[in-house]
Amino acid sequence: MSTPADHSPPLNIAPADRPHRQDPGRFRALLEGLRRAPVSAWFGLVIVAIYVLVALFASLIAPYGEGQVVGSQFDPWTAQHLLGTDNLGRDTLSRLIYGARNTVGIAFLTTSLAFLIGGSAGLVAAVVGGWVDQALARLIDILMAVPQLIFALLLLTIFGASVTSLVSIIAVLDATRVFRLARAAGMNIAVMDYVEVARLRGEGLIWILSREVLPNILPPLVAEFGLRFCFVFLLISSLSFLGIGLQPPTADWGSMVRDNAILITYGDITPLLPAAAIALLTVGVNFLVDWFLRETSGLDDET
Amino acid sequence: MTKLDSVRGTKGDVILDVKGLRIRAKSKAGWAEIVKGIDLTLRRGEILGLIGESGAGKSTIGLAALGYVKPGCRITDGTILFAGEDLSELSEAELRRLRGVRIAYVAQSAAAAFNPAHRLIDQYTEVAVVHGIRDAASARAQAVELYRKLHLPNPESFGERFPHQVSGGQLQRAMVAMALACKPDIIVFDEPTTALDVTTQIEVLAAIKDVVRDFHTAAIYITHDLAVVAQLADRIMVLRHGDLVEEGNTRQILEQPSADYTRQLLRRDPPKRDTTTASRNILTVSSVDAAYGSIKVLHDVSLSVGEGTTVAVVGESGSGKSTLARVVTGLLPCSKGTLMFDGRAIDSSLRRRSLDLRRRIQLVHQMPDTSLNPRHRVREVLGRPLSFYHGLMGRLRTARIIELLEQIELDPTFLDRFPEELSGGQKQRLCIARALAAKADLIICDEVTSALDQSVAQGILRLLMDLQKNLRVSYLFITHDLQTVRAIADEVVVMNQGRIVEQGPKDEFFAPPHHPYTQLLLTSVPQMDPDWLDSIRETRAALARAVSLA
Repeated sequence: MSTPADHSPPLNIAPADRPHRQDPGRFRALLEGLRRAPVSAWFGLVIVAIYVLVALFASLIAPYGEGQVVGSQFDPWTAQHLLGTDNLGRDTLSRLIYGARNTVGIAFLTTSLAFLIGGSAGLVAAVVGGWVDQALARLIDILMAVPQLIFALLLLTIFGASVTSLVSIIAVLDATRVFRLARAAGMNIAVMDYVEVARLRGEGLIWILSREVLPNILPPLVAEFGLRFCFVFLLISSLSFLGIGLQPPTADWGSMVRDNAILITYGDITPLLPAAAIALLTVGVNFLVDWFLRETSGLDDET
Repeated sequence: MTKLDSVRGTKGDVILDVKGLRIRAKSKAGWAEIVKGIDLTLRRGEILGLIGESGAGKSTIGLAALGYVKPGCRITDGTILFAGEDLSELSEAELRRLRGVRIAYVAQSAAAAFNPAHRLIDQYTEVAVVHGIRDAASARAQAVELYRKLHLPNPESFGERFPHQVSGGQLQRAMVAMALACKPDIIVFDEPTTALDVTTQIEVLAAIKDVVRDFHTAAIYITHDLAVVAQLADRIMVLRHGDLVEEGNTRQILEQPSADYTRQLLRRDPPKRDTTTASRNILTVSSVDAAYGSIKVLHDVSLSVGEGTTVAVVGESGSGKSTLARVVTGLLPCSKGTLMFDGRAIDSSLRRRSLDLRRRIQLVHQMPDTSLNPRHRVREVLGRPLSFYHGLMGRLRTARIIELLEQIELDPTFLDRFPEELSGGQKQRLCIARALAAKADLIICDEVTSALDQSVAQGILRLLMDLQKNLRVSYLFITHDLQTVRAIADEVVVMNQGRIVEQGPKDEFFAPPHHPYTQLLLTSVPQMDPDWLDSIRETRAALARAVSLA
């Protein structure tokens, strides 16, 4: 059934002349990308990797237990307690390490949940359109009208400050921002002819969302994930600092700042260490996101 | 006053002299040379045509004449002498002083080149005022004069409109006026009529020809259409892959081309075939009306497509031909009338159509770039309809995909490629294969060749004809290009403003007597004759009046 190839003029095949790049496999491509990554990206990658390792192996690394009282109150930095002890005589270094696990873990969980809720709602709004879009968008507008921290404070006071309510409340509040992004990015894709082709073919909503639209808006969503993660992290720390985030004796960087804040008046920088840990992670994640965005958007730096 | 500002020569002097120009562009694989040592001389009052298919480097050369290269490109060698100074060595500030004043540019898409937030006349006067050539009041007066010269409607008030308030052809002429504002020495026209309808194209061409002649401006005219450039240019350079193929006077290039490639470009007779008549109709559209909201765009449209035949729907933009395609596919339910497919009445709304019906009517879009998901490999593009409609899986499916690739003359190495790794023509072939994968009985082709180079487009047309011969598939072929109609159609339907003005077998369509609108379309197709534009203007004006009265 094939037709003679001499029909087509030679011009037609032009781009095929170059040797076809066999699919190098995702792993190889990743390695190649890493090799060309700028210093800032490497810096971000190393920081995030260290945080993840510390969080995962907290119990192995930490010299003392999370809530264990091992000395007197506010001991200075010694060989035994490298970063001294806190207001109850617990080892600061150990609590910093456990804090990585608690705060980072919960922030990651919360951000993932926010993306699941906001991302899918945003995609549905973009692809279905009509009154579904209107209803969702107005609901999100209402949620966004109240300042986030005050809204979170209010809800946490109502539902009580458990980890479950903390995660779900922050996730819902943050999902509003994700919704906005997913909807805007999705709308640009939903008008493409290939989505129309899928509709004509008779594809269901799930296929159109997950196979036609989602892969094309993944880069901005992943980048947003990195940024959202930082904001969630900061919000949890803020709430803990205010005393309604993670509850004691769970180690948490926000509440560690608050508990030991008094030391600053004596010129001791220990209470700033958890804050520095937060800042460093935020910087690292942002460097990574920058690099990722540049790679996927094709915005190569001008030479 | 510097040297550059003071030079005003006489006709015949060399105004632009490009020597050994090489430009490289950055790609993923490294730096690739896209202009490979081009020499170009332009004299005062002369129009030079640059012609070639996409990738020939013609736009890059045109922009280089302004001392500009696109981001990601750089001039690696050569000189661009304008009035004795090398543009490639001037600073941005010095170039800015020249651009718009001594060297002007007319872009392909006027709609994208105008700022939608400002009135046309304000955008016109800006150049002259910023460069201190004249004050706003005299620039306005001059604009009105130019608008009149370019035959724009109500020249006194035309400039007060915003870009979206005028038609595409008028906007393109407004941009020509803008380019002329400072009486430049050189104007670079970059495919100014490519995006326009044939009947509009003529008006813009005629306007350009008149004003360039009156102003004694030198011009570089870039296009892929030899017939268009033949009307304007004194001299033609044929380019391919950044190299010069041939250069000569217009008549000489048209009548005695020395290069094979030029002959190939000149050969406009597309593939031909005998018309077939069908024993029965696969699709019948009866007195259909359709509307977008309250705006009615189709009025009482009736046509039928015979099994195994091709019906071409011809018309200009806004004629409703694409809307007709949307109605047949069910994307836009009609407000009145009926649709019959294969002898049975079908629902006009896509949602209530059965899967099997959807399978049998397939649509191929105009732009292959947007109709293929950039994240789907060829395997998935063709595999999905196979498994979705026919339940094919695994090895059987792969075998069928390879068979489909053979039908569109691509080899199996394409299986794992992404669309961005294909050329425009290959992408369009893939879209056709997707329709074949569904085993469609009727394929609606919506301007499928208009985004492609001519030689590639002819390959696509041949493919469609071969497929029809082998598979007995029917086409509803929507196009504005009469050459394509001549090649592929069995029957022709002419649409204007949402109504069918003429329909019948192809041979009748191309033979007189014609409906006035059909004749207007037919006479608007540029011919490979440098005198054609001047000879046709009188007759066309009369026809246009007849159509508007009808």
